[in-house]
Amino acid sequence: MAGRNISVSETSRPKLPRHARLKFDETRKVWVILAPERVLAPDEIAVEVLQLCDGERSVSDIAGLLAEKYAAPREAIATDVVAMLQDLADKGFLTEAREKTP
Amino acid sequence: MSDTLADNTAKTGPSDGLAVLESRRSPAETYGIPLAVLLEVTHRCPLQCPYCSNPVELDRGSTELTTEEWKKVLSELAELGVLQIHFSGGEPTARKDIVELVQHATDVGLYSNLITSAVLLTKDKLSALADAGLCHVQISFQGNESIVADRVAGLKDAHRKKLEVAKWTRELELPLTVNAVMHRQNLHQLADIIQMAVNLDADRLEVANVQYYGWALKNRAALMPTIAQIEETSRIVEEAQVRLKGTLAIDYVVPDYYALRPKKCMGGWGRQFFNISPAGKVLPCHAAESITGLEFESVRSNHSIAWIWQNSEAFNRYRGTGWMPEPCKSCEFREEDFGGCRCQAFALTGDAGNTDPACTLSPMHEKIFKLAETEAAAEQNRFLYRNFAGGTLETEHGQDNGQDNGHGA
Repeated sequence: MAGRNISVSETSRPKLPRHARLKFDETRKVWVILAPERVLAPDEIAVEVLQLCDGERSVSDIAGLLAEKYAAPREAIATDVVAMLQDLADKGFLTEAREKTP
Repeated sequence: MSDTLADNTAKTGPSDGLAVLESRRSPAETYGIPLAVLLEVTHRCPLQCPYCSNPVELDRGSTELTTEEWKKVLSELAELGVLQIHFSGGEPTARKDIVELVQHATDVGLYSNLITSAVLLTKDKLSALADAGLCHVQISFQGNESIVADRVAGLKDAHRKKLEVAKWTRELELPLTVNAVMHRQNLHQLADIIQMAVNLDADRLEVANVQYYGWALKNRAALMPTIAQIEETSRIVEEAQVRLKGTLAIDYVVPDYYALRPKKCMGGWGRQFFNISPAGKVLPCHAAESITGLEFESVRSNHSIAWIWQNSEAFNRYRGTGWMPEPCKSCEFREEDFGGCRCQAFALTGDAGNTDPACTLSPMHEKIFKLAETEAAAEQNRFLYRNFAGGTLETEHGQDNGQDNGHGA
């Protein structure tokens, strides 16, 4: 199994799975996530978080960057980011960077 | 195809964020361009499924749009704001240029999905499609083992081949949807089909009960499930949805013959969906050509696709609620189901402008429901296989070999 049941924590290094693409829709002027049979319209905060999800940064790194940018308490941001990413993961729109096994 | 595409977004009408297309001329322009478009690039197919959603009058190979014409269509759709393309058919890989078409979709920024029977795919071809940017593969299965599955498909060795291609799909790390069309001849395998999808490492499973128009209507007596089967189906699906949460997403399409209210077919006529036929007709639904008396515009005409979507007579005929007769007209659900399915209304009542008889409020409902029950109980199990020759009746002891029935037209 591909291990789709991921549990997001501060040490996770999340990224969008191959079948989900984050894209700016020029026609409608909104960000969208394209996935099989679905188009999601993430809100501004989700877009900002997802743009940082490159499979290299950990959730902790991401929370740190956002805390700095918005001069907000890191703990509160980390909690929100984990909850949002877990929700996306449950829906199948988020995966974790995996070590490639030969 | 499921109609869940617009799930979180274009749920309602013209006021939502994803339904924006500048409105200047006609009221129809308030309908945004769809997020996803289905391209039926060919009607040729090595399978002969008796419930095929293609029209009974199939487009011959010689009438199909050329590679250049399809590429122009893809570019035009991307420019209009379409985000996803479903390459379907017939069997889309029966076209020699399928890799080139997928590559072009990628080049113009479209998310592409291949809806395939899989039996023509080699590992090299699938790999080439992945390299061309294919985003998702959807493979149809007719059962969970060869005896039932190959009989329904009307093609020997089809099931084994599908399993092989599904495996390659995951090896290439392409997401996989298993599409299982269910009916009286295979519903007993549903639990095993769900397990098969898990074993194949599919991301999604579509459990779609047959919708009865075109070929399926001709085969209704052999396909119609009993009420007991439908209740069991819903129970199995609901149990699996809970048990497999996070592992396998299951979309379920209920058969509308046994429903109380009709389905919101295509999200409402001309509201959020269109498809393009092999010969280039722009259609409000893949069965729309079964409605005689409606003229459909082609991408080969002088009109743009946007113009056809917004202004053509066929799209505007049943848009919104203005066309509705009673009991739809004054019904509180008229903007929820938009009167159900036009093709079904036409097939069962002779007038596409009638209320879909799937609705209990239709004067025809009682009669049709009883008919379905009678047919389901009658054990007439012979198929009329889908082909270019207008169909071939299954032999008494199961089909012998349907491979040569003119699929290459």
